[in-house]
Amino acid sequence: MAHVKGLTCRECHRPYPAKPLHVCEFCFGPLEVDYDYAALRRVATRRAIEAGPPSIWRYRALLPVDGEAAVGHACGMTPLVRAKNLGAALGVQECYLKNDAVCHPTLSFKDRVVAVAVTKALEFGFQVVACASTGNLANSVAAHAAEASLKSVIFVPADLEQTKIVGTQIYRPTLVAVDGNYDEVNRLCSEVADKYGWAFVNINIRPYYAEGSKTFGFEIAEQLGWRAPQHIVVPAAGGSLVTKIWKGLKELHALDLIPEVRTRMYVAQAAGCGPIVNAIKADSEIIRPVKPKTIAKSLAIGNPADGYYAFKAVKESGGSGEHATDEEILDGIQLLAATEGIFTETAGGVTVAAARTLIARGVIPRDESLVISITGNGLKTQEALAGLLPAGLTIKPTLKAFDEALATHEAEAGGRLSAAGPGQERAR
Amino acid sequence: MSVLVRIPTPLRSLTQGQAEIKVEGGSIGELIERLDARYAGLKDRLCEGDGKIRRFINIYVNEEDIRFLQGPATPLKTGDAVSIVPAIAGGTPKI
Repeated sequence: MAHVKGLTCRECHRPYPAKPLHVCEFCFGPLEVDYDYAALRRVATRRAIEAGPPSIWRYRALLPVDGEAAVGHACGMTPLVRAKNLGAALGVQECYLKNDAVCHPTLSFKDRVVAVAVTKALEFGFQVVACASTGNLANSVAAHAAEASLKSVIFVPADLEQTKIVGTQIYRPTLVAVDGNYDEVNRLCSEVADKYGWAFVNINIRPYYAEGSKTFGFEIAEQLGWRAPQHIVVPAAGGSLVTKIWKGLKELHALDLIPEVRTRMYVAQAAGCGPIVNAIKADSEIIRPVKPKTIAKSLAIGNPADGYYAFKAVKESGGSGEHATDEEILDGIQLLAATEGIFTETAGGVTVAAARTLIARGVIPRDESLVISITGNGLKTQEALAGLLPAGLTIKPTLKAFDEALATHEAEAGGRLSAAGPGQERAR
Repeated sequence: MSVLVRIPTPLRSLTQGQAEIKVEGGSIGELIERLDARYAGLKDRLCEGDGKIRRFINIYVNEEDIRFLQGPATPLKTGDAVSIVPAIAGGTPKI
């Protein structure tokens, strides 16, 4: 606990000890980890960070853990891809993708928060970890619990994508499918957390867990050569990620690791579940809950816990927000795949689509650096693309069959595969 | 204007364990004053120094969040039910 002073209420600033607490007893505001920044300035240097492991743990001094990482040693340091093709398609000059579709081990940014939360749960001495989840968190908590030899209890909405169920059950947690939406699952879990002595990563461990998201922002800045980009588009469910990226960038500047932060933060949400974007557009800090109706199930939180703070981060940074319809989400997924060869889940489709609209509307300028946050993997939400992708060519194993099928295909698709490519020598 | 106020568990230490309290008041603001007169310290838990309702306190009049009515000025009539609900980790009771 070298650099953690304790927890502080974000609202009334009452101090609390660094225990598994998440709500201020006095005003019910959320608790946040408070660091000793003076001490951090001495240890969190560029050189120390660069000498660290190629994972989120290179930023361990800025994370609320006492000892070494207990799990998730290979988590984070995902690629920051210079996306020239996507940039050209969107009409921006300097476009990057922060690609957590390949985060270790469960292919979403949730591995960052869970690696921190499970390490912290072990430090606190918990034997069971638990969560309320829209899917990615379920995968990650179950996987990290297996690695930590802890038991896990995972609560999900019953209508979750099959791949996310399989991707959870493989680790043999106790999976509880709740007949309700995420907000109902979450409410139930608040009661369960009160009654059972478990480490609910996104409830009683939340102040620690949420800090893991800062590493997404730390990595962007380090990978850009220790500078913050001018624009970051972030998908939002509960609103924690955008809040913590913003906090992380400000921390880096406070520690003199990057120049002044002039980044504008943008929230991307589905049109069918966009309470934070609604508030941003209405310029009202009151987040009015909605009933989610979107194919982006990982973002289907109608009553976002950190909605107000996400709103505040966006406004403080001079950013904005944008919605994406289901159709735009599917277009976004396909555009990213077609231009960059990256397959993202529906949440990534939301982010690409929202970025596209923000650029088209002139909100994001075309000549400034832009990072689009890809937070999950497309293999997890394949159902969303059902019926959209063409069938392949099915043929007998003969060259004649292939020639015929190719000719038909070229006639239909209007392309000329047979005349393309560097392989000029062709059998006649 | 007698209304029934539901007190959440964490605030019952101030109301001598009572979960429901009958109180008079023409508006939410007035109701909070009356409650505070009877149970000292309650207003401090519900409101900021300037009287604004705290961000993580939700107050409902007959199931509607007063933020979407008239805030503390929301009028009350006899028979109304007022619920005080802390919003814990997105745990607001209903949509």
